[in-house]
Formats: sequence, structure tokens, C-alpha cells
Amino acid sequence: MTAVDLPVGPQRVERLERIWTPRPGVLGWLTTTDHKRIGLLYLFATLMFFAAGGVEALTMRTQLAQANEKLVGPGTFDELLTMHGITMIFLFIIPITTGAFGNYLVPLMIGARDMAFPRMNALSFWLFLASGCFLYAGFALGAAPNAGWFDYVPLALKQYDPGSNIDFYALGLILNGASSTAAAINFIATIFKLRAPGMSLNRMPLFCYAVLAVAFALLLALPALTLDCIFLELQRRLGFHFFDVAGGGDPLLWQYLFWIFGHPEVYIIVLPAFGIATSIIPTFARRRMVAFPLVAMAELLVAFIGFGVFAHHMFATGLATITLVFFAAASMLVVIPSTIQVYAWLLTVATGAPRFRAPLLFIGGFVVFFVLGGLTGIMFTAIPFDQALTDTYFVVAHFHFIIFGAAVFPILGGLYYWFPKVTGRLYHERLAIVSFWVTFVGTTLTFFPMHIVGLLGMTRRVYTYEPGLGWDAYNLAETIGGFTLAAGLLLILGNLVWSRFNGEPCGPDPFHGGTLEWTVPSPPPHYNFAVIPTVRSPYPNWDRTDAGYDLERGGLVLDAGHETPSTEVRDARLEEILSMPSESPWPIVLAACVVLAFVMLLAGHVLITAVFGVLGALTLGAWHLHEPEET
Amino acid sequence: MKRGFFQPRSLVAGLIVVGLAGCGGNQDALHPASGAERSIADLWWVMLIGSAIGFGSVLFLLVLGWRRRGRKTSPPSNAKLETTLVVTLGVGIPVVVLLSLFVYSDVFVMRSTAAPTPGSTRMTIDVIGHDWWWEVRYPGTPVVTANEIHIPVGSAVNVVGTTADVIHSFWVPQLNRKIDLIPGRTNRVLLEADRPGRFRGQCSEFCGLQHAHMAVLVIAEPRARFRAWLANQEKPARPPATGEERLGLRLFQTQACAGCHTIRGTTARGTIGPDLTHLASRGTLAALTLPNTPAALRSWITDPDHAKPGVKMPALPLTGSQLDALTAYLGSLR
Repeated sequence: MTAVDLPVGPQRVERLERIWTPRPGVLGWLTTTDHKRIGLLYLFATLMFFAAGGVEALTMRTQLAQANEKLVGPGTFDELLTMHGITMIFLFIIPITTGAFGNYLVPLMIGARDMAFPRMNALSFWLFLASGCFLYAGFALGAAPNAGWFDYVPLALKQYDPGSNIDFYALGLILNGASSTAAAINFIATIFKLRAPGMSLNRMPLFCYAVLAVAFALLLALPALTLDCIFLELQRRLGFHFFDVAGGGDPLLWQYLFWIFGHPEVYIIVLPAFGIATSIIPTFARRRMVAFPLVAMAELLVAFIGFGVFAHHMFATGLATITLVFFAAASMLVVIPSTIQVYAWLLTVATGAPRFRAPLLFIGGFVVFFVLGGLTGIMFTAIPFDQALTDTYFVVAHFHFIIFGAAVFPILGGLYYWFPKVTGRLYHERLAIVSFWVTFVGTTLTFFPMHIVGLLGMTRRVYTYEPGLGWDAYNLAETIGGFTLAAGLLLILGNLVWSRFNGEPCGPDPFHGGTLEWTVPSPPPHYNFAVIPTVRSPYPNWDRTDAGYDLERGGLVLDAGHETPSTEVRDARLEEILSMPSESPWPIVLAACVVLAFVMLLAGHVLITAVFGVLGALTLGAWHLHEPEET
Repeated sequence: MKRGFFQPRSLVAGLIVVGLAGCGGNQDALHPASGAERSIADLWWVMLIGSAIGFGSVLFLLVLGWRRRGRKTSPPSNAKLETTLVVTLGVGIPVVVLLSLFVYSDVFVMRSTAAPTPGSTRMTIDVIGHDWWWEVRYPGTPVVTANEIHIPVGSAVNVVGTTADVIHSFWVPQLNRKIDLIPGRTNRVLLEADRPGRFRGQCSEFCGLQHAHMAVLVIAEPRARFRAWLANQEKPARPPATGEERLGLRLFQTQACAGCHTIRGTTARGTIGPDLTHLASRGTLAALTLPNTPAALRSWITDPDHAKPGVKMPALPLTGSQLDALTAYLGSLR
């Protein structure tokens, strides 16, 4: 441990610079272990997949713009439907919130220099990218998954879906799950052990609480999905009988396992959004979060109770009354932590001195949509209503208000909010406000009429419908809304791209945020903090200006190598200085071995699969062998 | 809207209701034609009003925040008061509201939509989901039909749902909730129409390519008409009367038709496609995809994939006169 008096001498900063500067060029990006670069890689990759999922959605909406439209046939429609769901959930929202926002921000918010396992972090990204390409390869080969993202059996069994469509699904999601599991472990270790000295759990930013809750939820929920996919592949390829009645199996087994994963998944999707909201609101309301400890508890509770509600996706399958009632009650219970947060957000804004800049506007939109989606969510805890309206467009409306309104809106607000931190430039405020309103109107117009067509009996997942059922006008409105929404998103993209090159330089702290990321220059240096801060409140940056505290007190410079401090879990007392691994080619090589093994498994070449498995194991060896000396 | 029940509430419920009331679609969950569905629709209106109030409170606070955008700095905060407010609004009130909803919906409404208990109904109908049509059987009679379910008005009917292949879901929105039709399981739902009418339903669980064209029609009619209908359906198929019809029957038995379809009273005993014994008594073809007219029947037989891409029925290579004979025969099956 190195401790010096402040200020840090320029030589020591130079030394930090030398230690942490990555390799130049493309090679530097391929071998990077820097959480900020990995975060950006996640961002670019997930935005690509977002665009793909958006095009799929617009194609479907065009097909549904009027009755008996013939833009795409049922086969293509089913592939679009399935890929849209898979893309938005597994290739966009989860990886952008955890992978992009979480990776970039968590170490900066907790005062660390990197994630706890930097190479595993890189591996997570490359595996994620590989899983996305794997799933889309199915599309390119005309065999995209086509039984819905929920992939119910028996429809997904060989008997009814003989192509390799479903094999792309099952193997792709196993691969994706491996990536998310690695990321989850990394976040838990990072948040528990790498917080700056003094950042006890009650001073940890609420965004980190949200990411922590998500990481635990991912870790515990994903095995159910992976297991389900393994069962499915065993049945499809080796003739096992997990799901067929004749062989003593049960098709409902798929649904149980899928939703044991699938409902916590919903909270995995929205929790980071809550975290983003609780970052943006205090900054622009210019006050601390109302009921901070309650909100932290609520974030963790949502993830916990979220594991006890899954069977409400199966209310029409003929479960016993006692089961129905139990899961309905649990589904009502999960409402409480959400209402706590909604009112805490609203009261923070109403009792503060709010400035409605673009990020806060997006959070306002988020609250409106989250409440709308939440209220219809409560309706689905009324069992008879659920049993009537499930699998109609009413559900589509409900979960798009949650997933698009409540999860994506904070992501969009967050893009604007942290854009100056990442690029060192301000976005264009007026255009950002316009983009908000276009996106807001588009979202409302796309998803609100779906409630009505749902009540009018329009079922989900239909590639076309008959005229004369009172659905036509609403569907046309939804399609117009979809294109409006797309225009809003393009405006946001245009704003950010333009501002990246032409925005005003913004300095370290353009919005006067409270958390640690605003104490470092924009963009942050490779080593994040020249001196590891010592934290005394949940809003250390405000603390510094308000009370004149010195964040760099203690003077942990740590310039003997890739070093970051490790602290005790609850109170964040300094325990030891960790020596972090540096850049490495092995994560991407290992990811390549794993994905090639999966490709060969898909193609049925067991022997070549084994070869790649062995190569992967060798790579893992090399990963641990070479630890270059620090200078 | 015949039932006066939600007329006054529609004033409260505002725009959405106006939108809904303007539509007369017969697959509309808010135009109930049974006691069970009326209780579901009532539940909806009650929840809508509750939601409107909850949403109003959120909007109020948002507007309050917007009005304070001019403030220079935040006033000193009162942590105790703020926490009390969050606990009251975020825990207290929701707990009371949710408990009430739980008792109302999951105890009381649930009783009226519950699966019929044995012996509580006057008749049973078996509904079997197929890719992509509905097989309808009347146990105790030889009646087997497809895609149209006739029921007597005012009688409690026990619908027993199963599937022949993948999971389907049976839902007639104006009459009751839905039940999934799952391999290895049997689910039941009560149909009890309180007025005559034709109530459309549609498969509600994604079942593959033609999930969109798997509709069903429940026809509730006065008891006497229902009895007459049932008596006719019980009979075997009417024998062909003209030369052309006879040729049609022969074609049906010798071409691929008989491999999949049954016509009671003939040698056609296939079970893959719908029973056609009284095809001409039905209003539609291919699970409500086409009207049952001679022209539609012709095009359906020559190119089923056109109206229903991916359907299991193959196109038949028939000459024009053969097609005339076949449609004439099928059209005679009243």
C-alpha cells in the first residue's frame, strides 16, 4: 500500500497513465479488460441488436397495419415474432443495462479502478456477442427460432418443428446464459469487495443496489432456463422424454422451468432502469433521494419477491385453485416495493427544485409508463381477469409499457445523462427535448390502443386478422405509433452522434451529480481515479462541495501496478490492495473456442465439438499462465 | 350495449370506454352474454376506476413537480415527513386496495368463473384442439362437428377441453374466461349464454403457422332450435341424390379426402381433418377462414394454402368437372 500526501505529483499521474494505458488500435479493443471499454463494446453491440429488433417490430407492425395484409407470410412472421422477443430481452435490454451501463458506471460509482474479474468481464462480452451472432446466424440460414421467445412445447419439439430453428434457440440461449452468469458473478464480487474505503452499504449509490439485485436474480434464475434448454435439446436430439406425455413427461414442465426464470427476468429487465431513475432524479431535482434506505430495500425486495410469482403466467393452464391464489397473492405483494419507489421518485421531484432537462423528462415518461404498466399488472393478479385477458393484446400492451416504457425510457434518459461523462461533450439539449416528446407520443400511440384491441378479443401472436371485429383502426394507429417511435429513437441517435463530434466540452460535472463518477474528468482516465476517494455519504460529490470534505483524503494512489483497493463487505474498511490482471487475448480466444464448439454441436459434429472443448480448456490454462510484469 | 350495467360507469371511465362502446365486434370481452363473463367485465370496470384514481395521484405529483421547476434551490427537507408520506402512499394505501381486490376478484368473482363441478350442468361438449381447427363432440350422441358449437340458451354447458397435438387455448370472450388445451390434461369451462347469439372465439395460445386462422363460433339458440339442430346432426350423411353428387361421393372416397375426413354413413373414416357429415350446415370453412359458399369451397379444395398457408390439407389435382361434382356433393351435406 502506498500512501502519500496530496496533491498527487504529476510524475505519479504519468506513471498511472503508463500502467493503465491500453494497447493502441483494434488490438487494444480486442484484448481490453478495461471496464469502460468493455462497457462501450456492450453499448455498440446492444444498440446494433436493438436496431435489428426494432426492424423486426416495424415489419410486424406493418404486416398488422390492416386486416389480411400480405407483407410477410406466417412462417416469416413467426420468426420475426420470436427473434424480436429474444433480441430485445437477451441481446438488448439485459446486456445494455448490466453490460453497458453497469460495466461503465459501477466501478466509477464505487471508486474502483476496474471490475473484480477484468478478464472474465471481457469473456462475458465476447460470449454475449457470440450468442447474438449465433442466434442471428439462424436467421441468415433461414432457420431462425420460430416458436415464440417462450418456446412452448410440444410446438418446439422435433415432431412439430423439425428444422434446426429451435436448436439455434436452445443452444444460443445456453451460450447467452453463460455470458450473463459470468457478468452477474463479476458484479456481485465488484460491488461487495471493491467499494472505496468508507462506502459502507448504506452509502452505496442506489444504481449499484439495483445492479446488485439484478446480478443475484440473474445468478439464481438463469439455471432454470439453461436446464430447460438442455432438456429440450436432449429430447430433440437424443429422444429423451422430458416433455412428452406418452413417454411419461409433461409439457407443463417446460412452462414451470421457463417462468421460474422468466418472471424474475422481468425484474432483471426493470431493476437497472429503477437504478438509472434513482441516479437521474436526485441530480435534476437537486436534492437527495426521499426515503433512501426504503428505496434500497425496495430494490432488493423486488428481486426477491420476483421469484415467487412465476405461475401467474400459467393461470389458464388449469392449476389448482390453491396454487392460483398463492401466486396471485405473491404477485400482489411484489406491487408494494414498486409503489414505494414510485412515490419516493415523485416526492423527490416534487419537494426538490427540479430542472426538467432531457434526462429528467425521460424519467418522467418512465414513471408514467411504469405506472400504467404496473396498474394493468395489478389487474392480472385478479385471477378471473387474467384468465380472460391473458394471451391477448392487453398483455402485449401491459408488458410493452413495462419493458419499453419502464425499462427503455430510463436507458434513453441514461444515455443522455452519462453521455457527457463518456465523451466529454454535452448533447444538444433542445433536440433532446424534441426527441423525448416524439418518443413519448410514439410509445403511447403504439402501445396504448393495444389495451383496447385486447379487450375487444384480439389474441397475441397472430400474423393477420379478420376485418369487421373492430380492431382495424386501433391496429393502424399502433403502426403509425411504431414509426413515430422509431423516428424519436433516430433523433436520439442523431443527437448523440452529432454531439460526439460537435457538442460543447462539458468538464467533469456538467449536471452537478452527487455520485463519484462526477468527481473524475470526462472522459474518465484509464485508471478512473488518480487517488482512490474516501467516502462519507451517499452523495460524495455534493458532500465535497457542500461540506468541504476532501474525497482524496488518505491518498491511496496505488501506482505500483494495476492496483485497486479491496474493502470489507458491510462497512468498507480497507482490507488489502489487489493486483488486477492486465489486458489479455485469452478471453476472446476462449469465447471463440466455446462458440465454435456450440456451432459444431448444432451441426452434429460431436468429435469436432470435443476438439474445441479441449482447445478451450487449453486457453483457460494459458489465461492463468501469463501474467506480464507491471512496470 | 344492451345491458344497462356499465352505462353510468362509462361516463366515469372516459375516453377508453367511448372507444370501446363504439365497437360492436362479436369477440368483445366487454359485451358479456353470460353471468360469468358479466362478472369479469364488472371486475374490469371496477379495476379501471381504481387505476384511474391511482394514476391520477401520480399525475398530480408529476404536475406538482413541474410547477416547482422555477425553484432556485430545494427547501430544507423533512426526512420524517417524507418517509411517512412514502410509507402511507407506497405501502399503506396499496395494501388496503390490493387486499380488497384480492377478496373481490380471487374469492368472489373466481367462484362465478370456476370450472363447472360434476353434475352441475345439463350437458357436456368435448372440444378438441387440432392444428388448426376445433373438433366438437356431443357425448352420448354420435354428433361430431367442427369449428361451430351449438348450445341451448340458458343452459349450463360443461365444455371439456383437450388437444390432439400442441397446446391450444379455447376462449369465447363474450361467454367466459379461457382454458388451455394441453396434452395429457383436461380442462373445463362453463358456457351458459343468457341470450341467443353468435359468439366468436379464437385460439389464444400460439400453436404454429395458422394460429391466426383458428377461430370458433358458439351459436346459442333457443332450446327447440337447438334440439332440431342436434337431431339433424345425429343422422348419418344424406345419400347423394343426383348423378353429379354420386360422382362427388365416389371422388371423395377414392381421392385423398377420405384419408383425413369422416362422412358418417359412407366409407370415409379419416380422423385428421374435420368431420364433414353435415358440412353444408356450417356457415364457414377452415375454422372461420372462409364463408361456406360453393365458390369458396372450390378454391379451398384446389388451393388450401392460398387462404391458410401451411395448412395440412393438400391441394387436390382435380379436373373442372370433378371439382363441380365434389363441391356439389359436399354442398348437399346439410
